[in-house]
Amino acid sequence: MPHFRMTGRGLWITALIVPPLCFVALFIVYPIISAFAYAFFDWQGLRRLDFVGLENFHTVLFVEPYRSWTLNAFKNNIIVFFALMVLQNGLGFILAYALWRELPGTRFHRIAVFLPVVLSTIIVAYLFKLFYHPLFGVVNISLKSIGLGEWAQPWLGQSGTALWSIIAAQAWHMVGFPTLVFLAGMQRIPGEILDAVRMETESEWVKITKIVWPLVAPSATIVFTLLFVGAFNWFELPYIMGGLDGSPFGSTDVLGLYFYRTAFGNVSAGQQDFGLGSALAVLIFISIAAIATVITTRLRAREIQL
Amino acid sequence: MSVATTNYYDRRGILGTLGRDGLLQIILIANTILMLAPIVIMVFSAFKTTPQIFQSPFGIPDFSQVQNFIKIWSETNFLRYLLNSFLVTGASMLLILTLGTMAAYAIGRYAFTGANFILMFFLAGLTLPLKLAIIPLFMLMRDLSILNNQLSLIFVYTAMGLPSTVFIMTGFIRTLPNELEDAARMDGASEARIMWSIMLPLVRPAMVIAGIQNVVPIWNDFFFPLVFIQNDSLKTLPQGLTTFMGEYTTDWGVLFSGLTLSAAPIIIIYIVLSRQFIAGMTSGAIK
Repeated sequence: MPHFRMTGRGLWITALIVPPLCFVALFIVYPIISAFAYAFFDWQGLRRLDFVGLENFHTVLFVEPYRSWTLNAFKNNIIVFFALMVLQNGLGFILAYALWRELPGTRFHRIAVFLPVVLSTIIVAYLFKLFYHPLFGVVNISLKSIGLGEWAQPWLGQSGTALWSIIAAQAWHMVGFPTLVFLAGMQRIPGEILDAVRMETESEWVKITKIVWPLVAPSATIVFTLLFVGAFNWFELPYIMGGLDGSPFGSTDVLGLYFYRTAFGNVSAGQQDFGLGSALAVLIFISIAAIATVITTRLRAREIQL
Repeated sequence: MSVATTNYYDRRGILGTLGRDGLLQIILIANTILMLAPIVIMVFSAFKTTPQIFQSPFGIPDFSQVQNFIKIWSETNFLRYLLNSFLVTGASMLLILTLGTMAAYAIGRYAFTGANFILMFFLAGLTLPLKLAIIPLFMLMRDLSILNNQLSLIFVYTAMGLPSTVFIMTGFIRTLPNELEDAARMDGASEARIMWSIMLPLVRPAMVIAGIQNVVPIWNDFFFPLVFIQNDSLKTLPQGLTTFMGEYTTDWGVLFSGLTLSAAPIIIIYIVLSRQFIAGMTSGAIK
């Protein structure tokens, strides 16, 4: 009888586990593995042709014009990452510190800072696209109304400002996320430690650099890693605000956009190359995994040390 | 650091405790204005005509002027997109919570060989950027004949939502006490009965967290519909918005009211449930 009971239980566990496992296997694990395999084949439209080894990788890395496109997109991603590091995460840390003091109105400020985060990226993209309009957008109208009319410019229409304008929209959209993660980290700092510090020094600067910052290191690791992965996956904002080609003149092109354009871009014009697209996907994936691992281990090491 | 300490005392007269908090308060207020202003301008502009938007972009409109909204309601597919978003998000959430709870329950409640391996298998999906596997996913959907079909979205979202759901719920289910379960087992209740009547009511808080963490990205997603869905009548809200914004490029009043209408459902729910939203959306990063 106990034996029968065991099988019954085994069946029950299997029935619970197998359906969810199938979903993950079929729609996550299998596609990720295939993405690597696809990169080694030549493709014509949706048809897979011959095995070509590393040729697709060679093309996107060393053959013009792909080489310059790849380098340009990669360079822009680096800019995006560092800019957001300062704007989004830096500002997030300052805001978290301000919220942590529990000044009057904290609850309201907390709700406000996170509000943009729940909006769809597409809404944010169009909203800022309208705001940046050279003639009728509120950005230029505001500048004129406060007497800075000569600063008004076609923000998304020129190479020098387009990427930065999109980065600013992204920072507005997401600054609430690192803010609340940092805040949660700060709230976990034990009161005794803070009291002890208060006895030693009254300098706010010392408190932040020597106590708060090291103690929120776990939050920092997570926030930096997510930002890095997010920056290298960046797609929606540049797609809507800069367009499929990263206009003007590729100044808003990033790897995510370039990958999408190569794979699905202009199907009607015959510019659809799954082989090159897959090679790009693999390269992006490997860079993300490699650099994210370095970031994480570096930061983790710091966490333990302190 | 001694320099900073001395400096601090030097500055104390100007920037004492009160002054410092004052500075932080100013930062917070400035930031809150910066966060809310774009949303307020969007909502205000939704009630204005195009000339009004250009003449007084910051003016308070006459909120009884709803002609922009009527135009959207009657002349565009907006309602269709909204219903599609509800359908896809609802179906995905139902599957995510059902399947996620099943897996988490099995892993968290029973000791069996391979339980840890299966948990690792689920968690592997947490860090993989699925966007980069879009080409194989596209081919897979084609082979399953569900391209241009909302099932493709529902399946991908379900798979995407399972790792975090299993992660959150397994952790929670493991903390639940055994006593109730053992007592029921003594009384001869079946495993299914124990799960359904005794354990499920207890895991509801974790389901809310997992639900919020998944519902926002699914509701807001643009990328997968862009690739999978071509048929206009099947488009979800973020994707439909691109069609809509393309049609009305010169009628800014209608554009802003389209954005407002798209943003309204999630903004309202967020304001009502802000605490749960913040907990749900940051939970993965905080634990």
